[in-house]
Amino acid sequence: MSLVRNHILISIDAGTIMAGARAVEKALVDEIARQGLSDEVAVLETGSVGIIGKGVVLVVYPEGVYYGNVTPNDVPELVEEHLLKGRVLKRLVLTEGPKQYVVHKERVGLLKEQPRIVLRNCGIINPENIEEYIAEGGYEAVAKALSTMAAETVIEEIKASGLTGRGGAAFSTGLKWEFARRAPGDIKYIICNADEGEPGTFKDRLILEGDPHKLIEGMMIAGYAVGASFGFVYIRGEYSLSIERLEKAIKDARSYGLLGKGILNSNFSFDIKVMKGAGAYVCGEETALIESLEGKRGHPRNKPPYPVTEGLWGRPTVVNNVETLANVPEIIRNGSSWFRSYGTDKCPGTKVYTIIGKVANPGLIEAEMGTTLRDILYEYAGGIKTGKSFKCALVGGAAGAFLGPDMLDAKMDFVNLREYAAVLGSGAILVMDEGTDVVDMLKSIIHFFKHESCGHCVPCRLGTAQLTMIIDRIAESKGKKGDIEMLLKISEVMRDTAFCPLGQSLYLPVSSSLKYFREELLDHIQ
Amino acid sequence: MNREEILKRFEPTTENILYILHDLQDNNPNRYLSKEDIKVCAEYLNVPYSYVHSVASFYTMFSLKPRGRNIIRLCDSPPCHLMGSGSLLDYLKNALNVDIGGTTEDGLFTLELTSCLGVCGVAPAMMINDEMHGNLTPEKVDAILERRRRES
Repeated sequence: MSLVRNHILISIDAGTIMAGARAVEKALVDEIARQGLSDEVAVLETGSVGIIGKGVVLVVYPEGVYYGNVTPNDVPELVEEHLLKGRVLKRLVLTEGPKQYVVHKERVGLLKEQPRIVLRNCGIINPENIEEYIAEGGYEAVAKALSTMAAETVIEEIKASGLTGRGGAAFSTGLKWEFARRAPGDIKYIICNADEGEPGTFKDRLILEGDPHKLIEGMMIAGYAVGASFGFVYIRGEYSLSIERLEKAIKDARSYGLLGKGILNSNFSFDIKVMKGAGAYVCGEETALIESLEGKRGHPRNKPPYPVTEGLWGRPTVVNNVETLANVPEIIRNGSSWFRSYGTDKCPGTKVYTIIGKVANPGLIEAEMGTTLRDILYEYAGGIKTGKSFKCALVGGAAGAFLGPDMLDAKMDFVNLREYAAVLGSGAILVMDEGTDVVDMLKSIIHFFKHESCGHCVPCRLGTAQLTMIIDRIAESKGKKGDIEMLLKISEVMRDTAFCPLGQSLYLPVSSSLKYFREELLDHIQ
Repeated sequence: MNREEILKRFEPTTENILYILHDLQDNNPNRYLSKEDIKVCAEYLNVPYSYVHSVASFYTMFSLKPRGRNIIRLCDSPPCHLMGSGSLLDYLKNALNVDIGGTTEDGLFTLELTSCLGVCGVAPAMMINDEMHGNLTPEKVDAILERRRRES
């Protein structure tokens, strides 16, 4: 076997494919062959390396040089300079300062000292190769659980870790599993909610694209703990690469005997089916998702009964978010006290964020619970892109709250933000600079809710229609006296009476925008 | 592929309805679910026509009216809106001479709006059929439309 001296990792995810990553990859392989370096340099595919919006991104190892905005035309020069002559091609290097042309992970803004639990393998391993996942310790956790832990012990360990639902609701994962385990019935199900639709959120997509086996392993452990032998992953229909990679991963896991009957010589059997959604934000709500899985309109159900006792086809069902399940193998492998060494007392662990909008380095980051918005914005994302000042950030997606400059130093975790009448939600952070028209943003948010309201309950169906009329009027500077009070009143009624979290959560962006920007809205009133 | 061949690939149970409808729609030359599509699906699953219609009309990825060969789905969720999708919508409406939901006279394009596509790092973004496009500007939109015209 020949010894490869350089590895080039090329990030292949939906974003880089859009920028032409496949063409760059082909050009690299061809050019390396043309220059006679095929025995010395290997080109490897990986998921997102966390750098978003910088075109095609490559990392050349062992030096650890990050290149961005690479096009096929750059490839001959890149191969000749870096791989033949050993000189870094400065004009394509992603760097903060002009002199730091050799960029190590810590130097590229977004990857600054990130504690990585969920994203440990993302941007490092080839997501389409099960052996790379295994080499990184993959499927060790499920083996440990099956051979040394009783199902109840697994649940105790997850409870002790303090892991809570990362989709936004932040309910204790261990408790949810325990309820489902104790619920009567022989047939139980694990559902992974990958119907990621919260505007500004794409963390689950990048986990699925970057490390699909981790999700499979998390679901297996959940299945073992709960006593379920079947799992579904409900993915939104637009995520074609996620679907493709996950389906391949499931197939590979089956052929390695990691899914199927009698896994790893135990009497535990488990298999997974991928289900493709068809475009409905409300299906992110767990009971609406279950309805959709059963082949119906995605209307939310009455609760109680909760899915843990009566879920899919009336059976006890656990619904967990992708990120939640991706934490599970690491907790089982390293123990709950290791997990608790990250984050805060009330909210242990990390959170994966997508930070976007008017920032210098939009991207995917993982930070400890309790990290401040200021750190995430300035330390990881490089601050405001435009050179203007920070106006506000919409945290938690369209169903989240506007946070102004006074909130920059608030510790962000599920518990603490709730005290400020805000939410961490899905972890989307949309940053706005001083030039942003907040009225226009609020209009966009309200229109989103009107479009996505499923029509099942009156407060949401009529409330979103009324709010749309009012905000459209205000946006055209034809607002009437009392309109602002009406915005607040209607969204308050929706918060208190809407059937599901969709209608209930519009109050957050409305009330928080009024808290900070009432004057701006008043300027639009006649 | 004819409709029977599509149906045969799935067990006749209602939980497969979204898969069946996706495939029937992709197979329809006008990229929508016709009355015939809904009828054969209902018969295959042994449910009323109205049941399939109610499901098909709920999800935004399904259309109940004929569409063009290239379906443009421009994201207008807050992150894309912040980065200028509003002016792109006006630009697209002008360039194609259609309104939202409309199809060009030559049957090449249908213009739709969509909720967040999950590629917010490169906002504003749109999808044409299965292909994503990001960091859009009017010039980029022109080039993309031109390429689609040539290929169609």
